[in-house]
Amino acid sequence: MTDYRRMWSDLNMDLEKHDQLMNALPLVYEDVFLRQAGRPRAMDYFDSVVAEIHSERIAELQAHKNQGGKICGAFCVFVPVEIARAAGAIAVGLCGGSQFWVPDGEKVLPRNLCPLIKASVGARLSGTCPYFQSCDLLIGETTCDGKKKAWEVLNEYAPVYVMDLPQMKRPRDLAAWREETGLFLDKMEELTGQRVTAEKLAVEIRRQNRLRRALERLYRARQADPVPVSGKDALLVTQVGFYDDPDRFIERTEALAAEAEERIAAGEGVFGAGAPRILVTGTPMAIPNWKLHHIIESAGAAVVGEETCTGTRFFAHQVDEGGVTLEEQLQALAERYLKINCSCFTPNPGRIEDILRLVGETRADGVVYYNLQFCHGYAVEYHAVEKALKERGIPVMKVETDYGEEDTGQLSTRVEAFIEMLR
Amino acid sequence: MAVLGIDIGSRTIATVVLNGRGEMQSAAVADSGPRPLEQARGMTGDRHIFRRIVATGYGRHGARAGFATGLVTEIKAHALGARHLFPACRTVLDIGGQDSKVIRLDEAGRVADFIMNDRCAAGTGKFLEIMARGLGLSLNEIVAAAEAADGDITLNSMCTVFAESEVVSLLADDRPVGAVARAVLNSICDRTLNLLHRLGTEPAVVFTGGVAAVPGLSAYFARRMNLPDLLVPERPQLVGALGAALYGLKQPGA
Ligand code: SF4
Ligand code: SF4
Repeated sequence: MTDYRRMWSDLNMDLEKHDQLMNALPLVYEDVFLRQAGRPRAMDYFDSVVAEIHSERIAELQAHKNQGGKICGAFCVFVPVEIARAAGAIAVGLCGGSQFWVPDGEKVLPRNLCPLIKASVGARLSGTCPYFQSCDLLIGETTCDGKKKAWEVLNEYAPVYVMDLPQMKRPRDLAAWREETGLFLDKMEELTGQRVTAEKLAVEIRRQNRLRRALERLYRARQADPVPVSGKDALLVTQVGFYDDPDRFIERTEALAAEAEERIAAGEGVFGAGAPRILVTGTPMAIPNWKLHHIIESAGAAVVGEETCTGTRFFAHQVDEGGVTLEEQLQALAERYLKINCSCFTPNPGRIEDILRLVGETRADGVVYYNLQFCHGYAVEYHAVEKALKERGIPVMKVETDYGEEDTGQLSTRVEAFIEMLR
Repeated sequence: MAVLGIDIGSRTIATVVLNGRGEMQSAAVADSGPRPLEQARGMTGDRHIFRRIVATGYGRHGARAGFATGLVTEIKAHALGARHLFPACRTVLDIGGQDSKVIRLDEAGRVADFIMNDRCAAGTGKFLEIMARGLGLSLNEIVAAAEAADGDITLNSMCTVFAESEVVSLLADDRPVGAVARAVLNSICDRTLNLLHRLGTEPAVVFTGGVAAVPGLSAYFARRMNLPDLLVPERPQLVGALGAALYGLKQPGA
């Protein structure tokens, strides 16, 4: 067995502080996940991934590094991981989802900033996240103002490369994003010293497309009533998809989806038939942020979909696999990624179309709009989303919150009352 | 058999017992004290005589784990209770110990929409209590003092902590106690009006919760908020518990 403490200390981690974090996780996990009744057997794998979240996968990353490989970490679903992989790097998702890191983030960032940004920076500063510690390069993007400026702070602690994401979706923006995608390829080649060939990129495009299809298959299974897998479990799977080994992840997610399909055929589910169904939309939920799903599902409703970056925005749309030359592949990648409907674009009508379509597909009874505190883009966009939903008689409730626990009592009252309304 | 509704709030616990025909047999209100759940359990007395015990309020989950047979949120409980007392009710304004909410009902009395104040005590019973203490007045005196005064001081602070020091410095500035009391009440009114406007108010409006029981307050609010027909139950603190009991009564089965 690997000596993980040794590995962590080699990664310059704060072991004592890290112990605090790791001691808290199993209790939370038990409460949120393991106590759920009737979970699919295939969730065992994902449970073990979380149990080994800072050990086994990190050991894999270290093995890669020991062979001269590079690791890069990204914070946003706009970063084309296919390119990083084609250059021989391993790409991991880094969004901080725990209150544990917020105080450290607040040492260098204003308090009235989105908790995701504070936690991400805090995770690096406190030296308690082995993923951060393993990264040779962090990939930022110019999405919201908070992140854009936080890269400058983070860059004092670790090298950050920033992709310039357009704010609109005109043809010239696509052209600019296509160019940016090419620059990212150059950067990755520089980092790893390996050439990205069309053959390698084609392999990675197909791989990530398969990963997206696996998640999509699971997502489709959730359209059944009774729902065969809980929203919490589905969210967890998506979260794991950001940092797990892609091939293993695809296999395990396919297995879970297959089990879910068997359950549907047998009429089995984790919530009784007719349980209220909720579509969640809004800001990302980085691991281990399970707060809203836990509140909703503890109140007896099922979360049947997430129109978030830890949901459909991560896996919707395939990259066209027809490209033969690098030029064509980069164009296809740029086109696919620019289809993501994040509130940092103006205008952003596609997101409303997505939400309305998803309400139909998931047969949701109501929508909960999840807004991380101080995320202005999503907070402002609520206006248009609420209007579109209310016009169609679809109940919607906005939840604005951070990673803290102080407001869970009030939130569960609001969520329970919302669910009472739907019954 | 009778049904017990119990509303476990942050400041007070209320119980209402309804008989099988829905008539009120008894009711009680007590301070939540340091151990609200034990207090609540004590107030249920001989539990065997109840067909059902339905808990509401922030302690409802604890009660459900302990002794209650069912639970319902404060939102639905207040809607049921207010509608039972005033069948014309379409809007409920509930100001309790630590939160305030507005609930809109549809024609049939179902909850159509609701809104709660944010994670902050401003505009709640707790706020009123702290301000009264700062003014050296009891809750029974505060409205009368405000009515007797005039002037239009406004409190600028939304936050309870800052508002308290604002009250202190206004008094230190020799502003009359009554005028400052007025400013306090107006600030709660304005917060409440903001909630009402955000959700939209449809008459009849029923005012429930502990704050509605403060002597003279509902009349003051009605005037200030321009809601001349504001309806106030005889014992507004009981509405949540009443709603919980009504909810229990409506459940099918034994
Ligand atoms: S919400 Fe927008 S900026 Fe944040 S991760 Fe998603 S796409 Fe990126
Ligand atoms: S949730 Fe909003 S504020 Fe936070 S990082 Fe994403 S876009 Fe920025």
